[in-house]
Amino acid sequence: MEEKNSFVREVAEKKYEYGFTTDVQTEIIEKGLSEDVVRLISQKKGEPDWLLEFRLKAFHYWESQEQPEWGHLQMPDIDYQAISYYADPTKKAADDGKSKEIDPELMKTFDKLGIPLEERLALSGTAVDAVMDSVSVKTTFREKLKEKGIIFCSISEAVKEHPELVRQYLGSVVPYRDNYFAALNSAVFSDGSFVYIPKGVRCPMELSTYFRINARGTGQFERTLIVCDDDAYVSYLEGCTAPMRDENQLHAAIVEIVVMENAEVKYSTVQNWYPGDKDGKGGVLNLVTKRGHLRGANSRLSWTQVETGSAITWKYPSCILSGDGSQAEFYSVAVTNNYQQADTGTKMIHIGKNTKSTIISKGISAGKSQNSYRGLVKVSAKADGARNYSSCDSLLLGSECGAHTFPYMDVHNDTAVVEHEATTSKISEEQLMYCNQRGIPTEEAVSLIVNGYAKEVINKLPMEFAVEAQKLLGVSLEGTVG
Amino acid sequence: MLEIKNLHASINGKEILKGINLVINDGEVHAVMGTNGAGKSTLSNVIVGNPAYEVTEGEIIFNGKNLLEMKPEERAQEGIFLSFQQPVEIPGVSMTNFMRAALNAKRKHQGLEPLPAGDFLKLMREKRKIVELDSKLANRSVNEGFSGGEKKRNEIFQMAMLEPTFSILDETDSGLDVDALRIVAEGFNKLRTPQTSAMVITHYQRLLDYLKPDIVHVLIDGRIIKTGGPELAMEIEEKGFEQFIVTR
Repeated sequence: MEEKNSFVREVAEKKYEYGFTTDVQTEIIEKGLSEDVVRLISQKKGEPDWLLEFRLKAFHYWESQEQPEWGHLQMPDIDYQAISYYADPTKKAADDGKSKEIDPELMKTFDKLGIPLEERLALSGTAVDAVMDSVSVKTTFREKLKEKGIIFCSISEAVKEHPELVRQYLGSVVPYRDNYFAALNSAVFSDGSFVYIPKGVRCPMELSTYFRINARGTGQFERTLIVCDDDAYVSYLEGCTAPMRDENQLHAAIVEIVVMENAEVKYSTVQNWYPGDKDGKGGVLNLVTKRGHLRGANSRLSWTQVETGSAITWKYPSCILSGDGSQAEFYSVAVTNNYQQADTGTKMIHIGKNTKSTIISKGISAGKSQNSYRGLVKVSAKADGARNYSSCDSLLLGSECGAHTFPYMDVHNDTAVVEHEATTSKISEEQLMYCNQRGIPTEEAVSLIVNGYAKEVINKLPMEFAVEAQKLLGVSLEGTVG
Repeated sequence: MLEIKNLHASINGKEILKGINLVINDGEVHAVMGTNGAGKSTLSNVIVGNPAYEVTEGEIIFNGKNLLEMKPEERAQEGIFLSFQQPVEIPGVSMTNFMRAALNAKRKHQGLEPLPAGDFLKLMREKRKIVELDSKLANRSVNEGFSGGEKKRNEIFQMAMLEPTFSILDETDSGLDVDALRIVAEGFNKLRTPQTSAMVITHYQRLLDYLKPDIVHVLIDGRIIKTGGPELAMEIEEKGFEQFIVTR
């Protein structure tokens, strides 16, 4: 028994590989949030007046609102005045007059995370925008993409270089009034990625953003905007990690996607924010609004997410299917262990005719965690021939965790077909014994079974990501059975 | 060589095995026959280390090693294989991934590198033929949607892949039609070598006609009450188990 405990402890201690901090001189503004802070952020980024206006409107709206409490979550009190809203780890190099050069410490950090920022070392066929704290450190392969007319840069640069595009689309899918955290993000958003794929262009490489929280006592408020014009295609990947800290860190992001006629966007996330320790101390509060607008006829959007991190996950990547014949998909694996809590799912809003959506959600709960699926399928009166298929499965490991499903349906058209299926299962002793008898140790058996259970979603991820996600599922659940 | 000495075991506090003594030498096939509830399946579960069963007394020595001190997966890696009476379904896990994990766990135990993917798939194709398992089954999830006969063939296929030195066939004949029984039994016979041994648990002579055991044991109420040659199985087929129960 003792031996087993020490093994479990060892696993618990080593399992979050990304918990290190980078010792880099970071410019952090004073803690607290006020109109002055919003102005200061805008000023630091050298923004035009219209963007400052946008931020201030969002800030005042946020001030007038209360934090929502409808999630199946026990949210710790967030002291919004105890957080710094801007941390810039690239500042020192800039002050030394070496603005073109990136601090080697930052390069090393991303190397260590498996995200080399030198193009010659990059994963084949992937361009990366690397964001640490509030600032984009580097975006690779920009020149190569530019040849095709593709814009891939940080949103701060996009504001300067392509203001007309940013102004047209920013807040067009997720208005600042959308929800409390969207308002907060709109007021203080720092960096994130901007992608524009011009008409008829198929993006030749995977685009990806890697988000890293490093500085203590800060929040990360990134903002990503993807516009995929008529007949264009892009596959976009998002990854995230953070150091192990005793306090909670706030991450409130917005992702907006616009998909025009016949265009297709695939958005994949492997979220591995620090989940807190085995007693539920620390961890990232991941409060995110992600939404895509399928504006054009026959446009397509798929969200694929593998969520293993964060103390609390509150996110519902959604699709507004306006274009006739548009198709949306949501594939999700959410893993919770120890004291993690997840309230995640999607919204599919059918507006156009003959629109089709698919929801495949796989929840895996272990330890003392709580894992909820929350999804809305809405069919408006005009959406003739709309179809939705939803399948929500829960897998329980152990008897102290919880799995919950909250499906909402709101159908206003008689021709719509909406289907919902849900299952709950456990890994049985018989299954584990069967694996053991074939020589497969229990930890590996759990990983094998969980990966089998999640396969339908993992198969939707691009290759390298799928391999990462598989490993992550195994690691996240080590020590949970037996 | 497997040696069982004075083995007592219970489940949920109820004693099922009440002092089993058994020696199975390399190259031998032993049949264990007995009534329902006599403890046949308990015996096989205890040998493979199913944690639901508690060993209260006795020992099991396998090739000089104390089996009872090993975890179930270590016993398997040491060369013990159980063809389950009711193979469990594992949805989503393909037979290919499952077998690769199993084979590589054994190779790791032996200090060998994982088998390269190409060699592994070739091995799968070769071994599949032994029990006439088609390629589609090998690509499906472990036992999911397999018929009763397919499940049993799949067990022997796994045995062929893992090349155990001691195998237990736990009522492998139950639920099999004549053709499937022949395929399973012939598959098993192809895997026999002078270095391997087996214990075959069954109610019926039918399977033993194919497998031709060297020694037959009668297990009643947790004890082996009679041991003999193949003729003992014929006698049971003719007269049933009642004669043994009466003599006690």
